[in-house]
Amino acid sequence: MEYPEDLKYTEEHEWLLIENDLVTVGITDFAQDALGDVVFVELPEEGDTVDFGKAFGVVESVKAVSDVYAPLSGEVVEVNDDLPDTPELVNTSPYEDGWMIKIRLTDPSELDSLLDVAAYKEFVEEQG
Amino acid sequence: MRYIPHTEEDVRQMLASIGVKSIEDLFEEVPADLRLDRDLDLPEALSESELLRELQQLAAVNATPSDYLSFLGGGAYNHFIPSVIDQLVSRSEFYTAYTPYQPEISQGTLQAVFEYQTLICQLTGMDVSNASMYDGASACAEAVLMSTRATRKKKVLLAGSLHPEYRQTVETYCRYLEIELQEIPYLQDGRIDPEAITSSLDDKTAALIVGYPNFFGVVEDLTSLAETVHAKGALLVTAVPEPIALGLLKSPGECGADIVIGEGQSFGMPVSFGGPGVGFFAARQKTVRSMPGRLVGATTDKEGKNGFVLTLATREQHIRREKATSNICSNQGMCALMANMYLCLLGKKGIREVAEQNLAKAEYAKEAIASLPGFSIQFGGPTFNEFVVSLTGDLAKLLAKLEAEKVLAGIPLARFFSDMENSFLVCATEQHRKEDIDRLVDALKGGAA
Repeated sequence: MEYPEDLKYTEEHEWLLIENDLVTVGITDFAQDALGDVVFVELPEEGDTVDFGKAFGVVESVKAVSDVYAPLSGEVVEVNDDLPDTPELVNTSPYEDGWMIKIRLTDPSELDSLLDVAAYKEFVEEQG
Repeated sequence: MRYIPHTEEDVRQMLASIGVKSIEDLFEEVPADLRLDRDLDLPEALSESELLRELQQLAAVNATPSDYLSFLGGGAYNHFIPSVIDQLVSRSEFYTAYTPYQPEISQGTLQAVFEYQTLICQLTGMDVSNASMYDGASACAEAVLMSTRATRKKKVLLAGSLHPEYRQTVETYCRYLEIELQEIPYLQDGRIDPEAITSSLDDKTAALIVGYPNFFGVVEDLTSLAETVHAKGALLVTAVPEPIALGLLKSPGECGADIVIGEGQSFGMPVSFGGPGVGFFAARQKTVRSMPGRLVGATTDKEGKNGFVLTLATREQHIRREKATSNICSNQGMCALMANMYLCLLGKKGIREVAEQNLAKAEYAKEAIASLPGFSIQFGGPTFNEFVVSLTGDLAKLLAKLEAEKVLAGIPLARFFSDMENSFLVCATEQHRKEDIDRLVDALKGGAA
């Protein structure tokens, strides 16, 4: 199981790469492993706004269909156009090619609620 | 499935095992003042012979196409039904089974639904069909909702010539969903006004919904409508209330439609008050995940044998809850089966032949009525098996006179369109012989005075 050091995490098993006010979001290695083979990903459109804690997309695997929650509020400035046709990227490269959306964040205070890698690892281990 | 009534002992045991004294106690939660504290005010039970007589008397009040000469269409059509359909569908495996979708025990039903879906795809020229819906009108409303999901837009254009009851159903579904509905007027030939579409289409438009043939029986130019709406990123939804027409017309899929819905009653189901009908629903592969309803797919089991299962169920209510693509999670299984049988019995050639007969008889009736003094054909556009007639005289009086002679000449359109007080919709099918049509024309003669 991979946990890149430079990322932030949520208890909903999303990861965030924060570059100033631009935040890239995807789901973690743990999440993709738990879901199994991903067969479909539904994402918002560029220009849409996402709200902290609300669902912005859907990941469907052979086992389940799950919402993906926005870890921050902001405007969607880019979506990963490869995912609709190659959803398996979420499995094969969760932290790189399988990224989902880039958000221009509007409320930097929301960053405080995120987990660092140690806290996320601990959270995952507690979950068993 | 058998009907097995509970014995007093069964009831006593069930109450005991949940720890309740009497059946009355089960209703404790309902406040006493809301409960009826007396027996229902019903007449005494009848003996079997008395009951049969009463039911026969009630049934005799109905008008059916076998004791009336009927030219009624407008969404429900009187076609010949091969006797084998009734015979087969009356098997108890079919008519008593409720939503049997478990692949372990229902391969026969699932295969029948899969075949139905395949036939609907062939007929409409589309990629995927669902397992069927309640009726044409509710399928139309589901298509409107699907178009807003697939495009993420909230404005929908409805042709003024769409079946008025389909339009009403769409309005009901959309009332609290913040979907903006806009009506597009029709021209003097009965076709939708392309200029009005162009001026109403914008970047927020999800779809244009148009009948094919439309409510006036007129065949729209789907190909050019598809081009117009696609240029703005909107979808073309085609509503087909009379799918026998597809035996002759270019399929909506070939014309560029994105969603094709319609009423399958014409395929082996009688015209009866209140139905049942069966809604068909077909779409393109790329939007399959936005589709409502059940979907049966073909697969292979672990031994490599062919089999059938429900597929893409993640769109549905039992898995996706409030985010499901539809609240409908059942289908019209028996009616879909009848449509399957009808289409298989007729085959490619047969359905074309039925369609040709409908067209020929309707054209004969149209010409003969148009030649009567005071009668005219209201819309000049090409029609299939129904057309709008307008007359100079008192329509209500004429229709009542004909009804007394056991001729139902057509549907008066004033109840749907306030400016069509003197117009009625006439439908001729393969069920009408030449002398039937001549009888209608004779009966109408002089009625315009």
